[in-house]
Formats: sequence, structure tokens, C-alpha cells
Amino acid sequence: MKSNKHRFHRWLALLPLSLVLFLSGCSGITVLDPKGPVAESQKDLIIFSLWFMLGIVVVVFAVFTYVVVKYRDRANRNDKDYDPNLHGNTTIEVIWTVIPLIIVIALSVPTVETLFDLEKPPVSSEEKEPLVVYATSADWKWFFSYPEQGIETVNYLHIPTDRAIEFRLSSADSMAALWIPALGGQKYNMAGMENILYLQADEQGVYDGRNSNFNGEGFAAQTFKVHAESPKEFKDWVKETQASAPELTQDKYNALLKPGLTGKTAFSSTHLEWVHHGTNDGRDYAIKRHEEAYEEHLHLDNEMLQDKADGHSNKNEGHE
Amino acid sequence: MRLDEFFVTGEPLIYAGMVSIALVTSAALFLLTYFKKWGWLWREWLTTVDHKKIGIMYILAALAMLFRGGVDALMMRVQLAFPDMNFLDAQHYDEIFTTHGTVMIIFMAMPFLIGLMNIIVPLQIGARDFAFPYVNALSFWSFMFGAMLFNISFVIGGSPDAGWTSYTPLAGAAMSPGPGQNFYLLGLQLSGIGTLATGINLMVTILKMRAPGMKLFQMPIFTWSTLVTCFIIVFAFPILTVALALMTIDRIFGSQFFTLTGEGLPMMWANLFWMWGHPEVYIVILPAFGIFSEVIATFAKKRLFGYNAMVWSMILIAGLSFLVWVHHFFTMGAGAFVNSVFSISTMLIAVPTGVKIFNWLATLYKAKIKFSVAMMWALAFIPSFVIGGVTGVMLGMAAADYQFHNSYFLVAHFHYVLIAGTVFACFAGLVFWYPKMFGHKLNERLGKWSFWFFVIGFHVCFFPQYFLGLDGMPRRIFITNIAEWLPLNIISTVGAFGMGAGFAIFVFNIYYSYRYSEREKTGDSWDGRTLEWATPTPVPYYNFATVPYVDKYDAFLAMKEKGETTYDEERLEPIHMPSYTGQPFIMMGFLFIASFALVFEWIPLAILGLAGGLIMMIVRSFDYDEGYYVEVDEIKRIERKARGL
Repeated sequence: MKSNKHRFHRWLALLPLSLVLFLSGCSGITVLDPKGPVAESQKDLIIFSLWFMLGIVVVVFAVFTYVVVKYRDRANRNDKDYDPNLHGNTTIEVIWTVIPLIIVIALSVPTVETLFDLEKPPVSSEEKEPLVVYATSADWKWFFSYPEQGIETVNYLHIPTDRAIEFRLSSADSMAALWIPALGGQKYNMAGMENILYLQADEQGVYDGRNSNFNGEGFAAQTFKVHAESPKEFKDWVKETQASAPELTQDKYNALLKPGLTGKTAFSSTHLEWVHHGTNDGRDYAIKRHEEAYEEHLHLDNEMLQDKADGHSNKNEGHE
Repeated sequence: MRLDEFFVTGEPLIYAGMVSIALVTSAALFLLTYFKKWGWLWREWLTTVDHKKIGIMYILAALAMLFRGGVDALMMRVQLAFPDMNFLDAQHYDEIFTTHGTVMIIFMAMPFLIGLMNIIVPLQIGARDFAFPYVNALSFWSFMFGAMLFNISFVIGGSPDAGWTSYTPLAGAAMSPGPGQNFYLLGLQLSGIGTLATGINLMVTILKMRAPGMKLFQMPIFTWSTLVTCFIIVFAFPILTVALALMTIDRIFGSQFFTLTGEGLPMMWANLFWMWGHPEVYIVILPAFGIFSEVIATFAKKRLFGYNAMVWSMILIAGLSFLVWVHHFFTMGAGAFVNSVFSISTMLIAVPTGVKIFNWLATLYKAKIKFSVAMMWALAFIPSFVIGGVTGVMLGMAAADYQFHNSYFLVAHFHYVLIAGTVFACFAGLVFWYPKMFGHKLNERLGKWSFWFFVIGFHVCFFPQYFLGLDGMPRRIFITNIAEWLPLNIISTVGAFGMGAGFAIFVFNIYYSYRYSEREKTGDSWDGRTLEWATPTPVPYYNFATVPYVDKYDAFLAMKEKGETTYDEERLEPIHMPSYTGQPFIMMGFLFIASFALVFEWIPLAILGLAGGLIMMIVRSFDYDEGYYVEVDEIKRIERKARGL
């Protein structure tokens, strides 16, 4: 039994070690392998806090192992180091209250700084105006409207690199959250409210984006790809979409809003012309039009989801 | 309503559930009839107001709920490790994670701890029962009927599927039509009555019924944790009651408190829910801290280090627990200033919690540690909970939380604190106080097997989830649709089955020990320090023949030194005890009918049920039963037998 206990401690001591090992190979872990300044600042904050946490874990585990091994009840234990009435020591109690307090202050300062920074576009692209994209969630799809370009995409997103993207988040119905872990943290999409989220990609590539906030049966399928490309490629893509994509009519938009899964599409106009779900007027637009549809089940299972993913990758290539 | 709408159809797993429910129910009915135990069941259990028996019923029900919630968990883990099996579809998965969360928090963690409080707190303070024994029975039956209502949802009407947090507008009538969400609202509402009543009841018991001489700062630490928890319950639960009522009115009567239409405020639900929900997590963690403190001091054979600091840190944690609710939705866009305030208040909780960890470590310093199973659970808690705690601080840093929120990082964190904190404490407490409840110890050998399976399984299950979260895996998705997530998910599932095995061994140990364990000869099974160990085992229904005078912390330790017992023939007096009554059971039975009817929106039946409940309250108001006295001769007979005099 005592040998068991030892094995337990050795095993526990491995935990922080495994953490270090995992982190050293962190290029594979999305949040710790940022592709833009926002995710970068969040990663820095996480790593900064992680050192403190590792320190705490190492100290507590070391003290724990020491006392549990040293003060176990064993046959030849002498009673000199047994003090059943020891019940306080002001000095040490003050020390272990003050140290955590100092750690909390040390963590609060960069947290608050980063919080205020995240409310503004990243410093690295200050000289350029942010690109405004309205990201609207509807059960269980994404609409991305580019008002300046006059285009709208469904379930995929193109952005230029080295320029801040000002996402204006809202939802046509249930609450969702726009999360592109490679580019930065999430914020909620809510009907009747508008949240602003700044993200930016510094590296070209295709990144995973999704709704991270559970909102019903089709939740797992509410994902999209982010195509971060050079400003020139982005411009070309915009031009091509403006030229070749059909116009978005209100009827078409209303049909797309119906709860369910849809593929990727693009349009050469935006739904903002007749409704903005982030305003109080637009909050019940979808639910008034599709009231009965929310009762229907999708019967979504793994096979369906795989089919959907396969089917769509080649269906709309023209517009991507 | 047609019958195939009433019963859930089309799912083989659910048909299997129906069959097993039918089999178990008919087996129970048959056994009760065959052994002529109906009268015994009614007289000894359904009508009891004895806090010890009520506590045992709480714990048995909580173990059953742990089984149910655990099966839910294993089903989810199977689905996530083998998505190609198509074991669960999205809808079924949504229902299962919703019931898993709700059952574990509301119907497992809380009743388990309340069960232990029921049995132990009166014994620790030298009381003969609760301040309001009738209300205590009422509380139990409200919990029991609420739990039953919630649990039948998966075979009748359909389970709720909007998550245990049930955020509106998703959980509103428009997007979640049908009875499922109503089961959640009314199951929680019904059992919430009992929780609130227990909070008041225990608070009064502790404040007014302590043994003569016992000052507040001489109370055992578990009793202190209970008192602090009661204050949280009394201030937090009314918020839940109101929020549930508003959503129920929304769904059943078409009001628009939380709807998208008619200027409703869907986000108000999230605020109200977490104004209750965050204190709620301290309702299930503070008693756990109390249990660990008792177990550690007993098996370290040493006085608890820093008693005053321990008490004040609990009070501080309780106060702070009401000031942090926004950290559950930093991403709602409240702005940098609001998030900064709540970030700091959240991280501040780490200070009193850290103090407690260091105090436990200091209790072990210069101790004589005996590795009993209860102590092993308490020791395993310290390092495991530290991991959960430090990742909690990371989550509290709002700017970083934008990346952690809604991900498996969060899932890993709260399982680390709730399992390593609350569940380990439930096991530690049950093993520790088991001889006091049942007259024999649990087998230590089997207990160790169950401990190792569960603890190792726990770390294997949840540690990888931190990395899944950092890799962008959101919670509540029914498949791991990115190939890189699969290996860690498979590891996690292996761990979950390890925990399942640990639980199975634990339950088997209950049976094994019932059959083979040596019966306790004294009331002091572990060389205890507090008054519960001063009573003989099994504990007489009046607990203390003579109530000792207490002027010290660790009261029983002082009594043992002076050679005192709780049986002093000179000082015997008749003892006033409350009568058993079936009223609480019947009253809550009526409210169960009312709630069930409301779930299906059968208003006339609901009114009948409510009227029944009201009539029972009137009956109670005109009930002049003052209880009865246990005569001195009777006490002498019982005590002499129990103490072998």
C-alpha cells in the first residue's frame, strides 16, 4: 500500500512535466500557434499565466509529497516530529496569504491591459481602416456581409491579411459565438444587439471558424472556413464575386434563414438593405417568419455531417 | 395528446431504458409485497422525520443519480471516441449532456452533501434533530419527487435538450417546443423548494441548537462549512426560483420575459441563472472543504491547522461567490471595464482558497498520517484540486477567456474542481461516516481498488481535455469532426471507463461490506475528534442521552481526555422527540402531480394538484401534535444495550 502511495506521487509529479512537454510541441495546438496579433496577445497572456500556474503546481506538489511521505505513520517513527496540537503560526499564514495576493495582482495587470487593447483594432495595422464584416448567425449557418464591397457569403469567409477585420456580430435567432481560434478569441452573436470583435490574420492560410456556443441540434455543423489571402488576391476575389454571384433577394434570404443546414454560397448584395438583426427592430425577423420550422428535427448524425462536408467542398468552388 | 407523443418512441436505447425501469419497478413491488414490507416502508421510511434516516435516503438517491449521470457520461464518451459507430445522433447527444449536467449538479452533488449534513451536523453540535424535523422531511420529499419528475423525462415526453444552463432564447417555447424543457423547469422548481427549506432549517439548527457552551468558533469545521453554505443557499436559491418561474410562465402562458419577440430580455436569463449558478458551485464545494478538513485532521491525528483562517476564508469565499457571475459570459460584450472588474473579483477567490490548501498541507506537517480509504480520497483531492484551481484562475483572466470560453478547456476545469472537490469529498465523507450510519465499516481493500480506478481514470479522462480545448474543440459537439482531436478523445474515454469501474467497485463494496464487514462495537470508529463519534453506534434515535457541555474545539477529544461520555445516568431526563408523519410525503406527492401536469400543460389537473398541496398545508396548520417524550427507563434500556453496560 505504501508503495502504491509512492507510485501515486511519482505519477502526479509527471503531470506538470507532461504539460511542459505538450507546450514545447505547441505548434500543433491552435490557440498556442496564433496566426494574427489578437490571438498572439491572448497566447502571450496564456503563456505568462501558465508560468505562474506551473510554479504554484510545482510548489504545492513538492510540499504535498514531502509532508505525505515524511509524516506517514510508520512503525519506527519517533515522536519527536509529531506535534498533534500545532495549530497556527501567524508569520507563515501571512506569507501564504500575501503571496497569492501578489500573484493575483501580477496576473490582473496584463489581463486588464489586454482587455482594453482588444476593444481596439490591433496596433500593427493602425494605418489602415479596418475591413467591416457583418457576421450574422442563424440556426445553423453563417452570413458574412461586406457592406463596402456589396457582397455577402454564406458559410465561408475571405479576408485580406495584415488588415484588421471589424466583425459586427449579431444573430437572427439563437445566441451563437463567432470563434476562429487561430486568429483570436470569441464573442457572442445575439439577436437585437451588436458586438464588435476585432481579428486580424498576418499569415495567409485557411483557418477553421465555428459557432462555439451551443444553440440546438445543428450546432456541430455550424462551421466555416476562413480564407486569409493577400490584399491583392482578396481584391480579385471581391471583384469576381461582385461580377459573377447572383443578387440576394429578400425572398431568397428569408428562405435561407429557415432553421436548417445549407451549403456555401455568395451573393452580390447584402441582406443589410432590409434587415439588421443586431438592432432591436431586426431581432424577431427570423422567428416571426419561421415559427413552425424551429419544431422540426434535422435528425443530424455523423454520416449526414460527413456527407455535408464532402458535398460542399466541390459544389461552390466557383465563388471561393 | 396521443400515446406515441406521450412516450418517447423510435430510440432502441430508450426502449431498453423503459424495459429496465419496468423490470426494476416490478421487482421492487414484488419484493415489498412478498416479504410484506409495505408497512415497514411506510412506518420506518416514508413517514420518518429522523434526520439520520432522511440523510440515508438522500445519499441512496444521490448514489442512484450518480449512476444515472455516469451512464449519460459514458454514452457521451463512447460517441466522442467512436463517432463512426453512429451511436448517438445530435439530438440524442444534446439531451444526454443536458441531463448529465443537471442530474450531477442538482440531483447528485447537492443531495449527497445535504444527506451527509443531515446525518452529521446535528450529531456534531450535540442536537437531537433538526430545528424543524417536519420541514426536513418535506425538503427530502420535494427533492425526491423533483428528481423523479426530471428523470422520467427520457421515457415520457422527451428529455430537455438546451443544456443544463438552458440559455434563452434557445430554451424558450419558440425554439424548444414540447414538454422537454418544462421537465427541467418544474423538476428544478420542485426540488428547489426543498433545498431552500433545508438551507433555513440547518441554519436555524446550527445557530440555535448547539450543545450548551459550544461557541460558534468552537464548532467542528464541517458544521461551519454547512452554516456558510446555508447562507449561500438562502441568498442564491430565490434567484433561481424566480428565474425558473419566469421562464415557466413564458413557456406555458406565453409571457415574454426571455423571448426574442415582444421586447423580451433573453440575456437576462443568463444573468439570473449565473447569479444563482455561481454561488451554487460554492454550495457544492464548501461542504466538500469541510469534509476534507474533518477527514484530514482525524487521520493525520492532529488538530486542524489555522481553524480561524479556515472559517474566515470560507466566509470570504461565500461573499465573493456572489460577485463573480459575469465571468460565465465575459464574451457577451459587456466591455473592457466590466470584464476587468469581474476578472479581478474572480481571481481574488484564489486567495482564500489558496490559504485553505496551505492550511491542509500544514495540518499534515508534523502529523501521523494513516492511509485509510477516506484519507486517500482527501489526499488525492489536494493536488487534483490545485490543477483545477489554477486553470480556474486562467479562465478568470477575461482576455484569455475569449479563447477558453465554450471549449474543452473549460470542461476540463470544472470537472477538475467538481469531481476532485465534490465527488472525492462525497466518497471520503461516505467512507468516513459509513460506520456511524450503518454500524460497520466499508471494506478497505475494495475501497482502495475503487479509489485507484476512479482517481487514475479521472486524470486520464480530464487532463487531455485541457489540450483539446486549447486546440479549439468546443464543448457540446456530438462528434470530433477534426481528425487531430480523435486520439485525445479516445484516451479520455478510456479514463471515463476507469472511473465507471471505480464506481462499480464502490457500489459492490457496499454490498460486500454489508455481508462480511465486522460490526462496530464502539461508536468511535476512527479515534474521532468531534461529537458525532461520542454517540454509540448504531445511533439511538434521540442521538444523545445526555448532552455534553462543550467549551473547546474538538469537543469529543476533550471528553475522552476527561473520561466523559454522552451517557450520564444521574443527569437523565425524559427526551422530547417529534412524531413521524406522512404529511410531507403526501403534500409533495400532490405538488408532483401538479408539476407533472404543468409539464404537459394540463391546467385542470395542475390546479387539482396545487389544491391538494394547499389542503395539506391547511391540515398541517391545524396539526397540534406536539411530539412525545422518551421516558428515562427507555433511555436507560437503550443506552445500556448500546454501550454493553
